[in-house]
Amino acid sequence: MSEAQKDSIQNINESTSNVKQSARGASQSIAQRSSERFHPLVELTLARVRDFLREPEAVFWVFIFPVILTVALGIAFRNTAPEKNRVAIESSSVNDVKAAELARSISQSPDLQAVVMSSEEAAQALRTGRVALIVRGQGSGIGDQGDASAAPHSTSAEVNAELSSAADSLPPAFDYRYDPTRPESRTARLAVDDALQRAFGRKDVVSAREVTQTEPGARYIDWLIPGLVGLNLMGSGMWGLGFAVVYARMRKLLKRFAATPMRRSHYLFSFMLSRLIFLVLEVAAIIGFAWIAFSVAVHGSLINLLIIAVVGGLMFSGIGLLVASRPKTIEGVSGLMNLAMVPMWLLSGTFFSYTRFPEVLQPFIKALPLTALNDSLRAVMSDGAALQSTWMHLSIMLAWGLVSFALALKLFRWQ
Amino acid sequence: MTSTNIIEKSRAISTAAERLAVRCKGLVKLYSDVIAVNGLDLEVRAGECFGLLGPNGAGKTTTVEILEGLTAPDGGAVEVLGQAWGRGDDHALRERFGVALQETQFSEKLTVEETIRLFRSFYPRGRSVEEVIQTVELAEKRRARVGKLSGGQKQRLAVACALVSDPELLFLDEPTTGLDPQARLKLWEIVEEFRSRGGTVLLTTHYMEEAARLCDRVAIMDHGRVIALGTPLELIASLGADKIVEFSATGALDNESLANLAGVRSVHKRDGEYLLTVSDIGAALTALVAELKRERAELITLTTHQATLEDVFVSLTGRMLRDE
Repeated sequence: MSEAQKDSIQNINESTSNVKQSARGASQSIAQRSSERFHPLVELTLARVRDFLREPEAVFWVFIFPVILTVALGIAFRNTAPEKNRVAIESSSVNDVKAAELARSISQSPDLQAVVMSSEEAAQALRTGRVALIVRGQGSGIGDQGDASAAPHSTSAEVNAELSSAADSLPPAFDYRYDPTRPESRTARLAVDDALQRAFGRKDVVSAREVTQTEPGARYIDWLIPGLVGLNLMGSGMWGLGFAVVYARMRKLLKRFAATPMRRSHYLFSFMLSRLIFLVLEVAAIIGFAWIAFSVAVHGSLINLLIIAVVGGLMFSGIGLLVASRPKTIEGVSGLMNLAMVPMWLLSGTFFSYTRFPEVLQPFIKALPLTALNDSLRAVMSDGAALQSTWMHLSIMLAWGLVSFALALKLFRWQ
Repeated sequence: MTSTNIIEKSRAISTAAERLAVRCKGLVKLYSDVIAVNGLDLEVRAGECFGLLGPNGAGKTTTVEILEGLTAPDGGAVEVLGQAWGRGDDHALRERFGVALQETQFSEKLTVEETIRLFRSFYPRGRSVEEVIQTVELAEKRRARVGKLSGGQKQRLAVACALVSDPELLFLDEPTTGLDPQARLKLWEIVEEFRSRGGTVLLTTHYMEEAARLCDRVAIMDHGRVIALGTPLELIASLGADKIVEFSATGALDNESLANLAGVRSVHKRDGEYLLTVSDIGAALTALVAELKRERAELITLTTHQATLEDVFVSLTGRMLRDE
């Protein structure tokens, strides 16, 4: 066989194997797809999404954690029957039977639950907040001269109690011990006094009928959920991006990308795009759970809610990129992340209203990214506001996002 | 490969004789108090495989990263594929070469194919993902996560990402460091395949066998400058000898009297071992035995081998390549 013949046979072999390959390619989606070329932004975003989904821990923190947080807070602040205030009856100052009787009559009040305790126990309970107030007998022969001198009086009082009813012949007198700076103690004082006065024979001179009302939408959990959505958008946006960027920098992957003609803005923008995909799911997870478990309703339109969440998510991914634009270590970026986020945890009205902070701080607090997001989420979720009414918040968020992204692109360290 | 690609490639080859793939002159790079590159001159001809050989810290990586446009030099001129960095067309220049950095760690959660496709998407022209996977022999690992690959497979993936743009020039920074001999051999074959397609290669290494096998020309670097340049054979021939005798012995021997022995060209002493560069091994061994007898020294070990690039480095610097 001549060289030329060999060559041509080899060519035929090659071309048949090529045909085979392309046939296989057509049947196998993998091989087929590999011949296409997606836009780099699409490929980068896909890479981000895959990276995230294949990291089970990340999925946990982004989706499960906020739900757990919602459950915990929802249970802690659930609206059951209003809780009864606990008060202590000092047993050393009153004989046991009479103390128990006092406790019973006080406990008849819908707002109170009385417990008999020794004076040491009662003092301890008041100090640690387990009771709101201590009732201690005075006068009517029931001394408050201390345990030793009180003992004989108690014996005579016991006899008295057997002879007479709860109402003593002499007008009874009591000490109320409580801390007036504690609101529940002040409430307890009013309720205890009312209960005792009635028990000892006071007659009410006016009659009142109570009409109570607990409206969904005005509960703490209704106020809390939009804040949790905002908080979660901040956390997953910043932590998610910050760690991924710094990790890629540590592994020299950023440097490798920098040696390709990849557009640098594409790389950074792919992070923001990948966030958008998960953001919808995150928000849906929290709001869906809150709706099922606590019947927290969205009063405004879901589209508006989504728009706000998207703007907020983009803003925090921009800020996350900015924070991650320089650090070379995970420790470094963690410090900066905390520096950026902790003030917003406290100030931005997630768990309690920021109106509690001094007036001078208000403009500063309102300009914070998370405050703007929380306020606009609450406006739409709780108040059913239209989108245009939150334009101020939306522009604050867009400004934060755009400025952060532009700065990040400029400052970004590729190696 | 499309027909326009073939035309472009053949044009590149036809101009190879007069075109240089890489040229730098008087290159300087300072890192706070260390001079990493100290007035380096380098010319890589289009179509050749050029090796930068030197110990760790010689400035090889810094040099390559300057050429790749990742690091700005503090002085000197650089031209890559006829173009200087920072003249406004860096983007187009990056489309024309491929890079495998020293130990890049790709995202561990992505598969081999996803990683290559991601890199393919950055380039307007190039080879198909499938073709590159076949070239680097990762077809079986196509769907494996990068984190599950062996060192050699990871390195082949890095080269695949460099090849996927069908580059004119390939930069390989220590491509086989830490690989076992088999994995190294596979990588060498991939580099040779790329060269057979007309590509230019600039690689750094501290393995003399690698430089000797792959490179048309080698520049030996030390302390940020080139201390010798030539084909591997030229460099070895410059020793004026083709055999090296290594021995150790009891008692102290005089370097100068060893150097004066018949057939011995030069002597280096290192850790109690003597290295004789020898032009006539028969004469040298006879003379050495006589010298040992005269000095009443006793031989402990003695080996001889063909001179290598390592011996060239030793004779130039008095140190071993892998000493540092």
